[in-house]
Amino acid sequence: MKKDDVPQDNSKSYQGQNKLLYAVDDSGHYQGVKSSGWEIESFATQLAVDDLNEQTAQALEQALRGEISPLAYHMLARRFDIATLAGASGFFQWQIKRHLRPAIFAKLSDKNINRYCDTLKISRDALLSLPSQ
Amino acid sequence: MPDIILPINHQQSSHCETGVVATLLQSKGIDMSEPMAFGLASALTFAYLPFVKISGMPLIAYRMPPKTIIKKVCKKLNIDLETRKFSNPDVGMQALDDELAKGNLVGLQSSVYWLPYFPEDMRFHFNAHNLVVYGKNEQGEYLISDPVFEHPVTCAAEDLKNARFAKGALAAKGLMYVIRSTPTHTQLEHVIKPAIKKTAKMMNGLVLPYFGLKGIRHMAKQIRQLDKKPPKYARLYLAHIVRMQEEIGTGGAGFRFMYASFLEQAAQLTQTPALNQCAEHTTLVGDLWREFAMDAVKYCKKRGDISLDDIANKLEQVAEQEAKLSKLLIGAVA
Repeated sequence: MKKDDVPQDNSKSYQGQNKLLYAVDDSGHYQGVKSSGWEIESFATQLAVDDLNEQTAQALEQALRGEISPLAYHMLARRFDIATLAGASGFFQWQIKRHLRPAIFAKLSDKNINRYCDTLKISRDALLSLPSQ
Repeated sequence: MPDIILPINHQQSSHCETGVVATLLQSKGIDMSEPMAFGLASALTFAYLPFVKISGMPLIAYRMPPKTIIKKVCKKLNIDLETRKFSNPDVGMQALDDELAKGNLVGLQSSVYWLPYFPEDMRFHFNAHNLVVYGKNEQGEYLISDPVFEHPVTCAAEDLKNARFAKGALAAKGLMYVIRSTPTHTQLEHVIKPAIKKTAKMMNGLVLPYFGLKGIRHMAKQIRQLDKKPPKYARLYLAHIVRMQEEIGTGGAGFRFMYASFLEQAAQLTQTPALNQCAEHTTLVGDLWREFAMDAVKYCKKRGDISLDDIANKLEQVAEQEAKLSKLLIGAVA
């Protein structure tokens, strides 16, 4: 990549920051060059972020209708999925899947609720409730 | 408690671990650039790991696993690096304060997600981000030189604690590292060529089909088979590859440009002109990876003029050129 070809596309996901890339200058030598973003990269980022936001919004709707437990929403809102939440909380994936059912979640012990609060860094009240849409 | 501000030369880097190594070594008076740290550690590679999932997608790595770079560079240059992990977060935070009070810069491994200074869209649960703490202010906030950022940042103690002790895959367990002593002379010349040779050999892949050239060709095969999957999955899968290659602290083209920069420095230090040719070829390889990313995104945008086969073909071209690079490297350091 030539220095002049380093993209400067002001990517939204960079929030005004610049990234450092290595590129070839006019005399053929490498140097660090700042980039404000690359449209190709930010499209890929946005696609993934949109997908996560969509899943989160869907979980919120389902949780508000009582079809799934509030945990399903809070998990996604904190960018976890079942696999990563299992890793971070120490629960097994099958346990988390059960806890996504409202009836089972409602009966969770304080100890288990606290474990989720600790992993997700939210208060007990916040974990048990849902934001209004 | 009064402010502690240790002298540090904050330099923006492409990648966190190489940036931390360069910063820590430079603070000890060792002339070490980010690309040099990357090359010396033989960190360039390719791995497609279908059994390690990141948000349901395979892990695709363009470098050796976390901690390889700092460990290898210190070992090769006879630098005494002390690393510590903690089971108790409060003990881990106290140990950090103690080192700062002694005047030592401290490298930390942490989770990206719990560091509030990261842009929102880049925060995800990746536990192997590296940074350097160079002080603490009166308000109890830590002063951080995070290599991928343009300027030094601050972070509240509670947030840093969360980031250091986040659990899950690659959990840091509070890992911190401090350079205890360095040799009076560091000679890079002798360690450069063996490091290049190792990279060249590794590019040919291991026994499993997931590494090096085999890994790249394996990924091309997976792309060809995407037409059997729902269109939405195909788009997210391709976008995932592009993110792994470009967004996740790789300096673009999956570290290929950084490696080219290393080869250029290596050519000069070892007076091996053939390595300049290798650097040029690595640039070509990097450019091809970027073209592959452009094709993949074009497909995601549902432009009718590009097919999955076209994208896979481009990737096979990349593999072909990496094969050539491997040969060039072996020839140059023979």
